[in-house]
Amino acid sequence: MTITEARSATLAEALRRALRDALAEDPSVHLLGEDIGTLGGVFRVTDGLAAEFGADRCADTPLAEAGILGTATGMAMYGLRPVVEMQFDAFAYPAFEQLVSHVARMRNRTRGAMPMPLTIRIPYGGGIGGVEHHSDSSEAYYMATPGLHVVTPATVADAYGLLRQAIASDDPVVFLEPKRMYWSKDAVDLDAPPQVPPLGRAVVRRPGTSATLITYGPSLPLCLAAAEEARARGWDLGVVDLRTLVPFDDATVCAEVRRTGRAVVVHEATGFAGPGAEIAARITERCFHHLAAPVLRVTGHDIPYPPPLLERHHLPDTARILDAVARLQWEE
Amino acid sequence: MTVLHEPQTSSPTGPTATEPATTGDAAAGPPPPWRRGPRTDPAPLLPETEPYHVLGTPRERPDADPGLWRALHRQLVLGRRYNQQATALTRQGRLAVYPSSTGQEACQIAAALVLAEQDWLFPSYRDTLATVARGLDPVAALGLLRGDWHTGYRPHAHRIAPLATPLATQLPHAVGLAHAARLKGDDVVALALVGDGGTSEGDFHEALNFAAVWQAPVVFLVQNNGFAISVPLARQTAAPTIAHKAVGYGMPGRLVDGNDAPAVYEVLAEAVGRARAGGGPTLVEALTYRLEAHTNADDATRYREDAEVAAWREHDPLPLLTDALRRHGLLSEEHEQAARDAAEEMAAGMRERLNAEPVLNPDELFAHVYARPTTQLTEQAARLRQETRTR
Repeated sequence: MTITEARSATLAEALRRALRDALAEDPSVHLLGEDIGTLGGVFRVTDGLAAEFGADRCADTPLAEAGILGTATGMAMYGLRPVVEMQFDAFAYPAFEQLVSHVARMRNRTRGAMPMPLTIRIPYGGGIGGVEHHSDSSEAYYMATPGLHVVTPATVADAYGLLRQAIASDDPVVFLEPKRMYWSKDAVDLDAPPQVPPLGRAVVRRPGTSATLITYGPSLPLCLAAAEEARARGWDLGVVDLRTLVPFDDATVCAEVRRTGRAVVVHEATGFAGPGAEIAARITERCFHHLAAPVLRVTGHDIPYPPPLLERHHLPDTARILDAVARLQWEE
Repeated sequence: MTVLHEPQTSSPTGPTATEPATTGDAAAGPPPPWRRGPRTDPAPLLPETEPYHVLGTPRERPDADPGLWRALHRQLVLGRRYNQQATALTRQGRLAVYPSSTGQEACQIAAALVLAEQDWLFPSYRDTLATVARGLDPVAALGLLRGDWHTGYRPHAHRIAPLATPLATQLPHAVGLAHAARLKGDDVVALALVGDGGTSEGDFHEALNFAAVWQAPVVFLVQNNGFAISVPLARQTAAPTIAHKAVGYGMPGRLVDGNDAPAVYEVLAEAVGRARAGGGPTLVEALTYRLEAHTNADDATRYREDAEVAAWREHDPLPLLTDALRRHGLLSEEHEQAARDAAEEMAAGMRERLNAEPVLNPDELFAHVYARPTTQLTEQAARLRQETRTR
């Protein structure tokens, strides 16, 4: 038995490695975005890729999100696999029409003749003290659009594995990168990255018996921390990481909720008509007779993303999660 | 960062590849055309203020290429009949809607005929005639408007993108496709059609900007038919012409009489040739007129005068070309009759096939949302099958 050196990598490094490996393995993969070439992206996710693969494979584009996604759509029509970077969550909105009117439905419009093997990387979410328009969680918009996959990794291994799968997918993938986790590290050797479950599969990050926290992306570390804190109160909380919001893994979520009978959905996007509304409804439809309490949601408030000095009042924290768990009132 | 750039002369249809690389280039050697700095070649960017005409001018020389002129004539005859038949079928309820291109046929057929087989056409919803002139089955071309499916044909088989209904959104696709083809080393030009209203959209601007920066082999043809549904051009833009907009992007702008089929063909042929030779994109504005309403749901009498329509009828592309060919003795009665017969045959086929009830399978609603349907879609498909059995 050989002892390998313990290595660790950040989420941003895992994403970069995924892009690099995809570029190296498949000549049809092309990266497009603002500042992704010489600068290596504002989060440095594409650092070094233009130098290694040339400015046509990792291309700095004019500053125009609709143009970036629109031209990437045309490139995909010709058989390339574009990977687009939208610099920040709220900067993706100008591209929204291209996304919902063309990218999401090109396969459908053409009866399967024109698939869109296109990945749209969007750094999303708050918690980094960003100024206005730099912290949105816009996943509900994408989830509500048939034809898109919506993926959001929360671990370094998933960042690598899910991005590789997204690029290899013949369908468009909105790949939401939790930007406050770019620098979080896991013990992952990127030279031998672990296999991760495919798109559409949720993962139980922590088994539990008292209640199930259902979450994804930037809220996963928060839920794991809340589960640790809950032990002091005698609660054994399970944590499900959805990993992909579309397709949604009803099977894993329902299996966990049926075991515990109690569920809290946690995310930092707004609650009203947010992802948690859909998730809670699905759980209620499928698990009603197993539930000992209503499905609760812990989300950001229903406000435009607040200025950075106030964001800690907006974002869910462990106290808010544990309050919700307490409201599940188990006294059996 | 400064872009190194030296002024130099080169031909309007293809600057030479000797310009210095921009700083920061990873690869050595001459940069590909889409990596160069601002254009300095002497190709005039500003359009002539007078639209380019051929018919009725000393440039009217059909004997130079009588085959082309006769083909244009035949396609105009077919195109007019196609518009009439599609309009009639809409009145009979066989098409959900038909945006007629009557009066604009010269633009549509020239756009189709000017392209080589491997080139791509990017039509909008008013451009079904262009797709038919490119060889598409008329019934397949009308799929979107009939309502049996969104695209009635396989785009790659014909190199025709799906008809675009949102305005100008297909233009960046044309740029991206042409750019991708060149990255792959393929000789492909993309020609994108848009109306005057579409030039106000952000995607028009972004597509032209990307095309010029990348020097992509694309031609943009604006069919300026005077109105965006009811809003006249003067309320759409303050530019002297739409063709003038090209200058700001760094590409040539060309203004042409859109009812003069040989003129449209010539201007497009020059633009397609420039694109093919690596000379980058061109914006062509064709001045034309929509003789019918926007669609059958529109009342054009509310926003324009009969006298204006009548004046444009006097400038109808079909008699304009027919008269020119007759002047030169190049249009025999046999040729005209053959064109009319072909048009009637096409119209009869359209009637016969569009009057038949389409056979639709509701299962297909779920078949092409994703490469593999999600479990949610599979469940919904099963429920729908149940519903259709019991109702």
